[in-house]
Amino acid sequence: MNDVERLLRSALVPIEPPQSLIDSLERRLTEQVDAAADELADWELGAMKDPRNWARSIGAAGVLAAAGASLVVVRARQQHKKRGATRLRALEKSAHEVSGDIRKRLGR
Amino acid sequence: MTSVVDKAALDRDFSELYKAHLRDVYSYSYYRVGNHHDAEDLTEQTFLQAYRHFERAQRESKGRPLRPWLIRIAHNLAANYYRDRSRRPQTQLDDAAIVSEPHPTAELVEQREELEEVLAGVANLPDDRREALIMRFALDMDNREIARALGRSEGATKVLIHRAIRQLDENLKEAGQDE
Repeated sequence: MNDVERLLRSALVPIEPPQSLIDSLERRLTEQVDAAADELADWELGAMKDPRNWARSIGAAGVLAAAGASLVVVRARQQHKKRGATRLRALEKSAHEVSGDIRKRLGR
Repeated sequence: MTSVVDKAALDRDFSELYKAHLRDVYSYSYYRVGNHHDAEDLTEQTFLQAYRHFERAQRESKGRPLRPWLIRIAHNLAANYYRDRSRRPQTQLDDAAIVSEPHPTAELVEQREELEEVLAGVANLPDDRREALIMRFALDMDNREIARALGRSEGATKVLIHRAIRQLDENLKEAGQDE
């Protein structure tokens, strides 16, 4: 390594991002993750109207809470948990309706 | 459409990418624009854009590291930043890049001045040479990664870095003779 390279290594040191940036960025990313998860949950709920998607949609319910919680921010995790639980309840309700419908069709 | 299961895995992977390279993107942005305020803005925009296109990037990367892709987004956004505002990178960087001592010795002052000259020299290089040096020295990227970030061949990147170092060396020597 020559002198200039040594100087460059000393001058161009990595810069730690400020906490204000981390807070702001994680808040905005969380909003995007939430928006995408909401859209997906709506689609999954819509798809449950088609009996061919029942097994897949019910299986997805368990994953949905984890999907929201995947961005590693404590605050974001807490928010996701809350929202995930709401979505999970919505899917559970739909799953219950589906099983009721199946029972009705089978005459039980 | 992406399934809930895919989305969970995708978000997890994006989270890993974010954690691993936030400092890289911020360092790159900071040395490109020369101040913390705009570097923060650029870093935020880079990750928001990366999140929107992450699924496709991951699919097309075929397992290759995504850092060059991330830096390329920052590179393109920085180019727009200059185009929109007709700016050049600031020669005088904000604090933080150079360690400052409360009671510096003569040797430290000299060292600090030397590093400031190097940073000013880097800022005055042509865009592609400056960026290649930032990626090599601030981000510790190898030729292959830099080549992918800049959309060049590895051979062309090697030559670019060599010329950038040589030009900077000549400029610093000239500046030293003028003093």
